Amino acid sequence: MSNFREDGPGYPVTEASRVDKVSPISRRLRSLRAITVMVIAIIMLIPVFVMAITAFKSRSVIVSHPPTIFFKPSLEGFVFLFTDRAVVSKARQPEFKAAAETGELGLVERIALESGQEVTGPSDYVNRLKNSLIIAGLSTIFSVVLGLFAAYAFSRFDVLGKDDLLFFILSTRMLPAVVVTIPLFLMFRQLGLNDTHLGMILLYTVFNLSLAVWLLKGFIDEIPVEYEEAALVDGYSRIQTFFKIVLPQTMTGIAATTVFCLIFAWNEYAFALMLTSDNARTAPPSIATMLGRGGIEWSAIAAGSLGFLIPVVIVTFALRNYLLRGVTFGAVRK
Amino acid sequence: MATIELRQVEKKFGDLHAVKPLDLTIHDGEFVVLLGPSGCGKTTTLRMISGLETVTSGEIYLDERKVTWLNPSERDIAFVFQLFALYPHLTVRQNIAFPLQAQGESRETINERVNEVVDLLQIERLLNARPSKLSGGDQQRVALGRALVRRPEAFLMDEPLGALDADFRESMRAEIKRLHIDQHATTVYVTHDQVEAMAMGDRIVVMSEAEIQQVGSSNEVYYDPANIFVANFIGSPGMNLVSSSYSDGIIHMPGADNRYPVPDDWRAPLGEALQDSGDVIFGFRPECAEIVEDGTLAGNVYTVDLYGAYSMLAVNMNEQDIVHIRGDRLIHYPIGTQVRFEVDPEMVRFFDPATEKTIKREAIQ
Amino acid sequence: MSDLELKNITKNFPDVTALNDVSFDVKDGEFFVLLGHTGAGKTTTLRVVAGLTNQDEGTVLFDGDSVNDLAPADRDVAFVFQQYSLYPTMSVYDNLAFPLRSPLRKLSEEEIRRQVDIVAEKLHIDHLLERKTAYLSGGEMQRVSLGRAMVRQPRIFLMDEPLSNLDAKLRETLRVELQHLQKTEGSTTLFVTHDQIEALTMADRIAVLNEGSIVQIGTPEDIYDRPNTIFVAQLVGTPRINLVETSREDCNIFIKNSTLYIPIPEGWEPPDSFVLGIRPEDVMPDREGEFAGELALTEPLGMETILHITSGEKTLLSVIPGTTDLKIGENVKFNIAQERLYCFNMDGDSLTC
Repeated sequence: MSNFREDGPGYPVTEASRVDKVSPISRRLRSLRAITVMVIAIIMLIPVFVMAITAFKSRSVIVSHPPTIFFKPSLEGFVFLFTDRAVVSKARQPEFKAAAETGELGLVERIALESGQEVTGPSDYVNRLKNSLIIAGLSTIFSVVLGLFAAYAFSRFDVLGKDDLLFFILSTRMLPAVVVTIPLFLMFRQLGLNDTHLGMILLYTVFNLSLAVWLLKGFIDEIPVEYEEAALVDGYSRIQTFFKIVLPQTMTGIAATTVFCLIFAWNEYAFALMLTSDNARTAPPSIATMLGRGGIEWSAIAAGSLGFLIPVVIVTFALRNYLLRGVTFGAVRK
Repeated sequence: MATIELRQVEKKFGDLHAVKPLDLTIHDGEFVVLLGPSGCGKTTTLRMISGLETVTSGEIYLDERKVTWLNPSERDIAFVFQLFALYPHLTVRQNIAFPLQAQGESRETINERVNEVVDLLQIERLLNARPSKLSGGDQQRVALGRALVRRPEAFLMDEPLGALDADFRESMRAEIKRLHIDQHATTVYVTHDQVEAMAMGDRIVVMSEAEIQQVGSSNEVYYDPANIFVANFIGSPGMNLVSSSYSDGIIHMPGADNRYPVPDDWRAPLGEALQDSGDVIFGFRPECAEIVEDGTLAGNVYTVDLYGAYSMLAVNMNEQDIVHIRGDRLIHYPIGTQVRFEVDPEMVRFFDPATEKTIKREAIQ
Repeated sequence: MSDLELKNITKNFPDVTALNDVSFDVKDGEFFVLLGHTGAGKTTTLRVVAGLTNQDEGTVLFDGDSVNDLAPADRDVAFVFQQYSLYPTMSVYDNLAFPLRSPLRKLSEEEIRRQVDIVAEKLHIDHLLERKTAYLSGGEMQRVSLGRAMVRQPRIFLMDEPLSNLDAKLRETLRVELQHLQKTEGSTTLFVTHDQIEALTMADRIAVLNEGSIVQIGTPEDIYDRPNTIFVAQLVGTPRINLVETSREDCNIFIKNSTLYIPIPEGWEPPDSFVLGIRPEDVMPDREGEFAGELALTEPLGMETILHITSGEKTLLSVIPGTTDLKIGENVKFNIAQERLYCFNMDGDSLTC
């Protein structure tokens, strides 16, 4: 049994660390911490995992008890997600079966047939996804751009009532969506913004603006003013110093803010449910209420949620390098 | 009080050699300064002694006790930081009492020791103040008090005066040194300011690029630097170092026919080191040269600085070599004019340009 | 190059008056140093000259013309900051070229290249042009900052403690270079620092600033030899000037709380009590010395040694060239250069004794 206090850790230490951090106890504690974190991460990911495999289960497998992890995958969920169907009457079933055998029916139609349905056309899901993309995407862009300019102004200029304004902006974040939904509904109706893309984009922009302003102000505050002052003295205008000097250094902040705003707008449920019905309805409300013959189509919901995840995962993954630095670096300060 | 011994202590960060294996012994009651430019390894060495940094290899002994792998709290040393590290939510008295409370001392002992230290540092008037309200110098005194109150085996100080204004630094320097004379505590002090090192250190450990360049008293490192780095680093300005060539008893310096006949006792050692001719670096301190009308060497005045009681001339001997010479405050030397100067033969030094080491005057028998 | 004049500049901030009726002038080609403690108003003064901060009262004049209404870009000054002057995402070349690429100038890329090369050579950074600024040492970074200012060939250089963040040794090297550059280029420079060595060595003239007011203006010799207040006397000179309260006793000046009686110098008529100033180089240990004390501390600095001599409760600093054999605790006899004593009244103003 090697004695740490006498002989040390037994290998040459080439990192920066205190002596008490390389003792065996400390190392064991660190391993324990790592394991605990991994376990918690796994537990957190279980629901996502369940959702993913549910998307590939057929109806009978889903309701089986106990739930199975290993099963024969099926694309039933996706078919139910992307298509509208009607029940095929007993009378017409044989002709469909015959068509299936001769290869006249496409894959999608064959899968529909397995549960006794025929395809009548594409479902609304694609439209809903499109709406989500447009509304969340555009509102994110607007809130980040507007937030950036506002944050710069708050950071660099002596705005009248700055502290009060900043607090006011922050306070909009404190409202639970439900509280304001009714007034908003009435306002939208008067302005004719009910169930419109414009209305939703405006709404999400406003709600995200507070987050954007506060986050970005924190990042901009970190950039030393001397950089801009040197440029001003050299003959550049304010706007030019903003674009040439401040902007490049705020990229990580912008990336982090974009992801946060996007996540909020993308996942937003309450407003989307109350303020849209058909035209501008986004994915979250529609996925939740996916109905089918005889109840809720779990596989379709799972498939829909899976599809819904993908754009945000892509954006976050693309910006991951910026994000890590951005989240820890720009702590929100006054 | 204690002896501190480092045996082949080394530190690497990944592949970067922050401290190459070094041996150092600090005697009981000694005030040793680790001196060097940023990145030379002095702070890392100090932190290894304290346990705030692990060693990659080697052993550290505190008074015969092997402490290499003991926690910082088990080594009985006190650390004074550059940025004071005082607890902002505690008063001065509470800050100073803190280490003793942490060790579980009785209330009487704590009060007694705190009063002792407060008296020594003359900070009674600050006892109930919060650190944020104090000046830099006072904060540093409180930090010193917090270290002193523990009566540890050794004090380790990491550039404690770095954050203070210049005039505070001067007076705190003398205060710390007087404290040391009073308490006779083994102290290891890190700084990049060679004036501080010279003023305070019983011995100075000059470091550069992760290695010890020389260990010696102020006089030793000033008058007998072991190599070019030490010669240049110690002294403000550093030693004048002129690239020259030696042949046959004469040093030829570039520019304007500058030739310096070598003093007799240097002929043999130079001959031996340079095989009678070759490149050599000629060194002399600014105060060891004098502007005289019939001086052996000549150059053009590059700048003239008032140093208070005297002036310092920078003289251009050719396009590359600028030497500093101490001058009389009252004489005016216009920039660009030629001056002649003489160098005290007792105080000249020579360095081998290839090894950068000093050439010793005592011929190798 | 231009000359610069500040007339009655006052600047107030919500909780403090940063500048109070500040006036001074800098001649064309002069190296003018503003010396004072942190918070004295030095940086604010620079910023007012640059136009980065607007003064509440007073005028800034370049060559006799007021620039009060000109934006920083139009004043044609170059500002060297203490830190954060180099853009981290750009290379050294781009940093140096940045001022030349501003919309106020219409220069071709070849012309920019030429000018950058000239400046880079003067500052010995021509080998670093392609490097990213994050990979430079502290000294190299400050050279590039200086280069950025020089490349503009402005009317006036404004420098805000550019050497303060450097290691002591580096500061010395850059100081000599900066001085030489300024002298050979003849650039009007307003240089701000808290380091009195920098001020004494580099300045043609110095203005001492204390809590927003100018205390004294003069050449380095004026400031050193004829300080008009205790504040200025203490500010310049290493080690610091000895200041002791004294009272007049018959034909002697008695240093309170000590055992030292200094005979009143010829032609002096000192008041009954005043503050006496003695520079450390004027306290000279001498075997046959008139005065005596105990050696409390020695600080060997190589070129000279500082001695702390105590008499009673007072300590006098003495500085001697070279080294000493005196030991701590020994009795020391010393002389005082009586022709070089300073007098101040109890309020801190200089007196003619």
